[in-house]
Amino acid sequence: MEITSFLPPDIIRMIVSAVVIISFVFLNAMVMTYAERKLAGHFQRRPGPMEVGSHGLLQVIVDGLKLIGKQLILPKDVDRPLFRLAPLLAFIPVVLPFIVIPFSEKLQVADLNIGLIFILAISSLNGMAVLIAGWSSNNKYSLFGALRSVAQNIAYEIPILLVVLTVALMANTFSLKGLVEAQSGMWFILLQPVAFIIYFIAGLAETNRAPFDLSEAESELTAGFHTEYSGMGFSLFFLGEYANMFVVCSIATILFLGGWHGIPLPFLEYTGVFWFLLKVYALLFVMIWCRWTYPRVRFDQLMNLAWKYLIPFSLVNFIITAIVLVIVKL
Amino acid sequence: MIFYRYIAEFMFFFFIFLTFAGALLAVRTRLLMHALLGLAVSFLGVAGLYFYLGSLFLSMMQILIYVGAICIVIAFGIMVGYTPEQLKEKKIAGKNLLLGVSAAVVVFSLLFVAIWRTVWVPAVTRVGDFSLAWLGQNLLYNYCLAFELISVVLLAAIVGAIILAGEGREEKVR
Repeated sequence: MEITSFLPPDIIRMIVSAVVIISFVFLNAMVMTYAERKLAGHFQRRPGPMEVGSHGLLQVIVDGLKLIGKQLILPKDVDRPLFRLAPLLAFIPVVLPFIVIPFSEKLQVADLNIGLIFILAISSLNGMAVLIAGWSSNNKYSLFGALRSVAQNIAYEIPILLVVLTVALMANTFSLKGLVEAQSGMWFILLQPVAFIIYFIAGLAETNRAPFDLSEAESELTAGFHTEYSGMGFSLFFLGEYANMFVVCSIATILFLGGWHGIPLPFLEYTGVFWFLLKVYALLFVMIWCRWTYPRVRFDQLMNLAWKYLIPFSLVNFIITAIVLVIVKL
Repeated sequence: MIFYRYIAEFMFFFFIFLTFAGALLAVRTRLLMHALLGLAVSFLGVAGLYFYLGSLFLSMMQILIYVGAICIVIAFGIMVGYTPEQLKEKKIAGKNLLLGVSAAVVVFSLLFVAIWRTVWVPAVTRVGDFSLAWLGQNLLYNYCLAFELISVVLLAAIVGAIILAGEGREEKVR
């Protein structure tokens, strides 16, 4: 008796996709943690983790086990239900965008015709989770971290939306697959270099990465909105951050770097995944590079950058693109 | 296939439940932050209903604008103004009760009139393809004024957030 007689094939496909996506999120976090620590070490002329396994390769697994084994501390004055809920709420919106990301021509869970809007809408829920975490912790550092993080997210969502709109205007679609297919001739980074730079800066801010990591500025706020979390509560925020970075970089790849397009390799038939992941991890490398190179900005500098530079530039870029598109069509 | 039918039915009732449970939480709880969360859950339920009705775009917009923007702005207002212990609200009475009831009655009667006067057409004979292009055309040409009026909702949310924050501060001074 086959399994399809109990469950429709679509349901099986959904379950398999969910399992694959979740495991990918965890795997990505593992790779990124190791890469981050190792790269940080080398940027600062020290070896990074070396002790556990060869060149510290097993460090991540040991760290993971430690986090799983840790006690979940519930501070006395927290708002219990919200305090427990917040890490889960932070984790869900960063996993959902993986549904629409096209890893290659074939490898995509669902191609929504509004895939881009789907990602933007879902990731706006992340701010809510951060606010809940910061508020329910009943701790001034958490509160300030959350306030900063959300103010920053709101400010930087505007240039991201404008830039994304510009690219969608050029490709004339919101479907992520359609966007990649529109770049089969030329990557959009060559046509929209300004948009790419704006997107990348705003993406750094959106993921709360240094130099924009004011929400968890350890020298002033201990750890920002997740100060009170321990064990897996903290790890879910942590996993969420890395998954969010991956999503931001994969959108950059899809919008500007031609997604799965690349030189076809001779020994494999489907090389799209390879090129896609290569581009995404190259961007992630740049993100880590930025983090360990630039000092943290001040809050007023952060806001000035968004409201005085990125938003006007992205608006002008948007208008120019629209005009050029109209002229080209004539 | 009967299996999908069950799932769809289940989802429908689940979304209804979310909408009502969220709304109940929003009006019944004593903590302002919990009330706000109830509101967010209720909005998510409405987004789910749009999804059930086949318009993914509308449901995404519902999440983006109502949960992602309005709720966050209000949460911001609450967080700037109050600390968690301060937030135990007193019994609702007097002027506030009157205002609340009258606002509810006005909204309810407006919605009721709108629903009453609509001529409901069965889904099979409905016109329009309900695609993004169709939606955009209708919103920006036929229903332009309504569309612009709805966008005031964000302004209202910001004003409300500022009022919430301001009240909290004043109480602290006293």
